[in-house]
Amino acid sequence: MSGYSFTFAGQRLVARPSGALWWSDRRWLVVADLHLGKSERMARRGGALLPPYEVAATLDRLEAEIAATDPATVISLGDGFDDDAAGRALADEVCARMHRLARGRDWVWITGNHDPGQVCARMPGRTRAEFPGIPALRHEAGEGADISGHFHPCIRLAGQRRRCFLIGRDHLILPAFGAYTGGLLADDPALAALVPQGLAVACGARALPVPLRQPRRA
Amino acid sequence: MSLPPEFQGWFTRQGWQPHPHQIALLAAQGDTLLIAPTGGGKTLAGFLPSLVDLARGGHKGMHTLYVSPLKALTADIARNLARPVADLGLSLRIEDRTGDTRQAQRARQRVDPPDILLTTPESLALLLSYPEAPAIFGGLKRVVLDELHALAESKRGDQLMLGLARLRSLAPDLTVTGLSATVEDPARLADFMGGAQVLLADPGPDPDIAMLPTAHPAPWAGGGGHYAIPEVLTQIRAATTTIIFINTRAQAELFFQALWAANDENLPIGLHHGSLAREARQRVEAAMAAGALRAVVATGSLDLGIDWGAVDLVIQVGAPKNVKRLVQRIGRANHRYNAPSVARIVPANRFEVIECVAALQAVRERDLDGDPRGPGPLDVLCQHILLTACAGRFDADALFAEVRRAGPYRGLTRTDFNACLDFAATGGYALRAYDRWQRLVLRDGLWGLRDPRAVRDLRMNIGTIVEAEMLKVRFRGRGGAPLGEVEEAFAASLEPGDTFLIGGQTVRYEGLRDMVVEVTRQPTRKPKIAVFSGMKLATSTQLSHRVQALIGDPTHHAALPADTRDWLALQDQVSALPRPGVLQSESFRHDGMWHFALYGFAGRNALQTLGLLMTRMMEAAGLGPLGFLSTDYALLIWSLDPVTDPAPLLDREGLRAGLGDWLGNNAVMKRTFRNVATIAGLIQRNLPGQRKSGRQATFSSDILYDTLRKYDPGHLLLRITADEARRGLVDFDRIEDMLDRLTRHDHRMLDRVSPLAAPLLLEVGRVPIAGQGRERLAEAEAAALMAEAGLEI
Repeated sequence: MSGYSFTFAGQRLVARPSGALWWSDRRWLVVADLHLGKSERMARRGGALLPPYEVAATLDRLEAEIAATDPATVISLGDGFDDDAAGRALADEVCARMHRLARGRDWVWITGNHDPGQVCARMPGRTRAEFPGIPALRHEAGEGADISGHFHPCIRLAGQRRRCFLIGRDHLILPAFGAYTGGLLADDPALAALVPQGLAVACGARALPVPLRQPRRA
Repeated sequence: MSLPPEFQGWFTRQGWQPHPHQIALLAAQGDTLLIAPTGGGKTLAGFLPSLVDLARGGHKGMHTLYVSPLKALTADIARNLARPVADLGLSLRIEDRTGDTRQAQRARQRVDPPDILLTTPESLALLLSYPEAPAIFGGLKRVVLDELHALAESKRGDQLMLGLARLRSLAPDLTVTGLSATVEDPARLADFMGGAQVLLADPGPDPDIAMLPTAHPAPWAGGGGHYAIPEVLTQIRAATTTIIFINTRAQAELFFQALWAANDENLPIGLHHGSLAREARQRVEAAMAAGALRAVVATGSLDLGIDWGAVDLVIQVGAPKNVKRLVQRIGRANHRYNAPSVARIVPANRFEVIECVAALQAVRERDLDGDPRGPGPLDVLCQHILLTACAGRFDADALFAEVRRAGPYRGLTRTDFNACLDFAATGGYALRAYDRWQRLVLRDGLWGLRDPRAVRDLRMNIGTIVEAEMLKVRFRGRGGAPLGEVEEAFAASLEPGDTFLIGGQTVRYEGLRDMVVEVTRQPTRKPKIAVFSGMKLATSTQLSHRVQALIGDPTHHAALPADTRDWLALQDQVSALPRPGVLQSESFRHDGMWHFALYGFAGRNALQTLGLLMTRMMEAAGLGPLGFLSTDYALLIWSLDPVTDPAPLLDREGLRAGLGDWLGNNAVMKRTFRNVATIAGLIQRNLPGQRKSGRQATFSSDILYDTLRKYDPGHLLLRITADEARRGLVDFDRIEDMLDRLTRHDHRMLDRVSPLAAPLLLEVGRVPIAGQGRERLAEAEAAALMAEAGLEI
C-alpha cells in the first residue's frame, strides 16, 4: 500500500490511496463523506432505486483500511450519513458490522450538513461538531489550518477522473470516501479559493501527487 | 375508399395526377406499409385517407396522429398540409406537438385535441403517460408513421411501437400506415409495425451514380478527402444545389474549411451538423429552402426529411459504410419523381476506393444491406412500464398481452416481462432492500406508483436518445453568440490557448464558465483538432463481404482504378491477397517492433474487440503487445516479440472465454451501461439546475456498474448491457461470422512492411494496451508534472 507522506500544519500525515488520511502520531484514521444510506434516502423520496450496495461497498473499503492501520480512533469527517434518517434506517447487520469494526477503538462522528444531529444510538461512537486545534478537524473548511471534507475533490489525470486530496497552506481537504459520491474538480472556483496552490494527491492503485495548476483566469 | 371528385379536382388544378400508390393506399384496408422513393408524394399519400375521411365530417376529437423522427419535419408537414386543406375548404385543426411546443398549447391539446396531431415518438410517449390519454386518443382513426425505416433502426422505434400497441388498446379500430424509403427487407419492416401489407411504389429510374474522377489519386490513409476539393468545387459550380455528405462532424468541419479556402468565387456554401447550435442549423436550413445556397456540407443530420426541392447533386465524401444509407442519401438529389438522382462518390483513401467500387456495384444490383436489430430491448420496456404507471394503475397480464402486440416485442417471454416489471417496482436487486420504498406497488391486483412525486422525474426522463454530456460553446463577452456544442470529454482535454474548429471557424479556448466553453476568434491559427463526435459507424456485413470478394479475386480487379490495381498486384507478389474464405495475416518488423496485420473484414467495432482479446492472449503468451489499431478491414497489433502462428490466438473458445472475462471491466461496456441505465430509469438525465453549479452532484454511472458487477452480477441491467454490447459496439457476432466465413488461415512472415499493411501504419486511432499500462502512464505523467514544477516525490 503506497500512501503519500507529507507534512501539514506541522503534523506528519499520510494520504492513503483509498482516500483515507492516516495520522500516525495519534493513530487516527480520518475518512470524509461516507454518505451511508444514500440509496435508501433517494428511494424514500420517490427517486430511482439505486443498487442498494453502497453501504456494503463503503464498509468493505473502510474495513480494509482499519485492518491495515489498526487505528486508536476512527474519525468520520462529517456527512457520515446521507441524512439523519438514513442513519436510523440502516439494517441491523450493518449496525452489527459497525460495532465489530469499532471494537477496541474510539469512533467519532463529526457532524456535517447532511447529518447535523446526534449519531443514532444503534451506531458505535459519539458525535462532535469539530476538533479544535492546529490543525482543526471539521466538516467544511473554516479558519485554517484545518482538515476537512465536504467538497468531494477530484482531478483529471491521464484522461481519467480521480478522487483526490488537496493539500494547501491553510487547508487539507479529503476526498469523499463513500461509494456513491460525485466530485468537484480541483480547479473549480470554490476549491481554488481554498487551495489556490499546493498539491493534489490522486487516489487509485497508488496515491499519486500532482502539483495544482494556477487557477484558470475567470 | 376511392378518391372523391373534389379531391380529384384539386389534383387537376395543381396540374398533378395522383400517383398510383397514393390511390392504392386510399383503397387499402387495414394496416399498410408504403415503400416509396424520396419525392414520391409519400407524405400526401399517408394523409390522403385521413383528409378524405375528415371531409365527410362527423368526427369528433383527434382523428389522425402523425409521428416523425424529426421535429423539423412536423413543422414542415403542418405547412404542406395547410394548402390542400384550405383549397378544399376543410375545417380542420392541424397542430404539432414537440419538445418545442409552448406550455399553454400543450395543456390545451390535452383537453381539446386537434383533428390531426403531428408529433415525435418522445412526445407521444409523454402524451400516453397522462391520465387523460384514453380521452385524447379514444376516438383515433388513423396513425401515420413517417420515415419508419429510420425509426426502426434505433430504440426510438421500439418505444414508438410500444406506444402504438397502447394506442391500439385505447382505439381498437385504428388503421396504421407506415411510410418508408427503400429498405432491404420490407416484410421485416412490416413485422416491426406489428404486421401490415406492403405496398411498393415504383422505385423510379436507376440513379446516375459514379466515382468522382480526380486529378490526384486518393491518399494512402486518412479520412478527409481534401485531395478532391478542386473537383468538388467544379461539380458545385455546375449544379444548382449540392449536398456533400461526410461521415463525421469533425471531418465535415475540416472539409468545409478546406472547401472555403479554395472557394475563390465565394460560392455560397453552408455547413450543417448535429454539433452546431440550433440557430445556426436553422439558418442553413432556411437558406437551403430559399435556394440561397449552392452547397451544404452535412453529416447524417441531413439524412432525413425536409424536402429540398432544388438539390440536383449529392456528393458522398468517404466510404459510405452501408449501401442502404448510400441509396437513401442519393435519393436526396432530385426530389422530382421519375428523374434519376445524380450522385458522385469521393473515397477518402486507397482502402475506401475499393469499398466505394464495391458499394457502387451493390447499388447497381439493388442489393441493399442491413443487419437485423434483434428483439425489442428490455431497457425500453422498463421505461414503458414506468410511464404506463404514470398514466394510471394497470393490470400486469393486460399490459403483457398489449406489449406482445408491438412488433419488436412479439416474442417477449413472460419471464423477461416480469423481470422488467420487478425492476420497475423494486429495482430488481438480489438484496431486497426497498420493501418500504418500492416505486410501483400492487394494490387490489393493480400496479401503481407508490409516490406520486415520482411522476415528474419519470416524465423528465422520457426517451431513448442518450447523448454524451455536451457543453455549449460561445464567444467570450456579453451576449456572445452560441456556436455549438462539444463533448464534455473534448472540452476537458483543452488548455487555455488551444485552438479548434467549430462552425467552420477556428477558435481559441479561453476557459470554462458556468458550464459554457468560452472561446475567442482566432482566424489565422491552424486548428489543433476537432474531435467532438463519438461513435464511428462500422462498414456493414454485406458490404465488407463484397470488399473482400473484390480485393481477393484478381479477375475482378478490372473494375478498380489503375493505381489501386498496381497496389493490389504488388501485394499479391510480395505477400498474398486476402482471398475469399481465407483469413490472411502477416508479421513483419517495422520501427523496431514486430507488427501483426490481420485482414478480417469484420468492421471496425468487431476488429477493435478482436484486438483487445488477442492482445490479452499475447500478453499471457509473453509476446509483449504494446498497442493495436483497427479499421473496417484490418487489425494491426505491434509487440516486442513476433506472432508466428496466429491460430491459437484466434481459437474461438479462447476468444469467447476472454470476452466474458474482459467485457466486464471495459469502457465500451460502461458506456453501454450508462445508456441502458438511463433509458431504464435508473439514472436521471436533465435534472434542472444540476449541471449549472459545476458540481457533479451525481456520481458517474461507472460506479453503479462496478457496484452491480461486484454485488449483484445477475442483475437485469447487466444482462441487457451485455446483450447490447455483444451486438453493438463490441460486435462479437461479427467475429464469429468472420471465423465461420474465413476458415483457412494463411500467415506470412515478411522481411518488410507489405503494401496492404503500409496504409495501416499511417492510420490514427491507436489503442495502447490497458492494465498496468494505464497506471504506468498516470505515474509517468504525475512524475513529469512534479519534475516540471521543481518538486520531488
